[in-house]
Amino acid sequence: MAAGFWNKMLNLDRRWVYLVIGAATFFPMLTVIRLPIKITPEVQSVYDRLESLPRGTIIMLPMEYSPDTMAELQPMAKAVLRHCFSRGIKVITTALQIQGVLLIEQDLRTVAAEFDKTYGEDYVFLGYKPYPDIVILNMGENFRKPFPKDYYNNNLDELPMMAGVNNYSNVDCIVNINATSGVDSWINNANGRYGAPLALGVTAVIATDYYAFLQSKQIFGLMGGLKGAAEYEKLIGRPKDIANRAMTSVSVAHIFIIIFIIIGNIAFFATRKRI
Amino acid sequence: MRREVPLVIVFICGAFMALQYFVPHNISAVIYQNALNWTIIIGIFTLAVGIGSLVNLHYDKISRRKEKWPYSLVTIGALVFMTVLGLSSPEAVQDPRGLFMKMYFYVLSPVQATMFSLLAFFIASAAYRAFRAKTVLATLLLASAVIVMLGRIPVGDALTAWMPEGTRISDLARYILDYPNTAAKRAIYIGVGLGVAATSLKIILGVERTWLGGGK
Repeated sequence: MAAGFWNKMLNLDRRWVYLVIGAATFFPMLTVIRLPIKITPEVQSVYDRLESLPRGTIIMLPMEYSPDTMAELQPMAKAVLRHCFSRGIKVITTALQIQGVLLIEQDLRTVAAEFDKTYGEDYVFLGYKPYPDIVILNMGENFRKPFPKDYYNNNLDELPMMAGVNNYSNVDCIVNINATSGVDSWINNANGRYGAPLALGVTAVIATDYYAFLQSKQIFGLMGGLKGAAEYEKLIGRPKDIANRAMTSVSVAHIFIIIFIIIGNIAFFATRKRI
Repeated sequence: MRREVPLVIVFICGAFMALQYFVPHNISAVIYQNALNWTIIIGIFTLAVGIGSLVNLHYDKISRRKEKWPYSLVTIGALVFMTVLGLSSPEAVQDPRGLFMKMYFYVLSPVQATMFSLLAFFIASAAYRAFRAKTVLATLLLASAVIVMLGRIPVGDALTAWMPEGTRISDLARYILDYPNTAAKRAIYIGVGLGVAATSLKIILGVERTWLGGGK
């Protein structure tokens, strides 16, 4: 009887799993339950660094995500942008992933409008150029080499914010929001070759790859996935923003995946004994 | 000559770029700057080669009516359509009300987001079917995965709030990420780094020639 049940569980139609996961991610989004987010040191250090900068400091915030990874990285990028703009920190942005350029340009404009920031004075969008490795290396020499003009076709020399800003040595740090292995280019070239202080915001699935660089202090901070975004939102005093709201869904989905693993293992062992 | 000339170019460029890193002289810096300019130019040409190759591949599939050739038709059609749309006017790619933007936000964005979101379903299904504690190593992997999954969500800490600080599930997850994970990743990175250095050296010295193509 029991063996029959576990046999059934072992051969459960995968569509049931899909249904449960779909419900587990969808319904919590409709609730108002907010779970407490614990701030991790690697996210805190990104916040602390930006918080310590005086008004008018320039940082670089390359945003390299596209619609597929925007669920995790867009809230993160917006939270960092809001932090910068609220503190009067100026931002140079690139979008070295072709599929995300329009999305990033829109995000930048949206957040800049919230804080009444002026293009060219408070932020600059350099846009896209192919081959991130080459672009990152060239920007280490001069931003004008790969980007003689910005995304809107303005000469970089005509933008007030870019006066005297030539390369990474003229920005305080780089906070790279990135969904791809292009992160490695920033570590190897911007930090390794040019010594630029670097922090990363990456998807949860690749975040574990970069703890080694955190420990070796090649990066000074790391924000991983939606959890990292939620932590940053909490740090800047916006605990009702999208990442915090979505963390309930993520939590419930994780719980169900764990339950599935447990059921799968019980079914495996229960049926194996009978063989 | 068809093989020797590329080998000589690779040797000179490779050896120079490796050595100049350690030579802080002005001449070295100037040549490095020029080399970077070249990379931009060569990069643009390779982009053209890439597009040409893509078109060739799919044109071949369509003309020979190979398996799933209609997908190739969609690829070529989309490539031509978006290129024409993007080049139709200087403002085409920046006009929020233009068709180019609309195609991006109302076609590409939902398609990409949908594809990536399917990952959650596949992970859940795969975890249910394949994550088995069959051996000691598999059990360790499974336990680590469960701890990290729980430790990365607020519920994990809520479930272990009764435990002393430092022994809660998020602290365990943190330990796994900081130590076993970092140790393993670092070993992999060092191995990869040494492999890349060895392969680069073989290419620069002409020992490894498969990149030249045209032979086994």
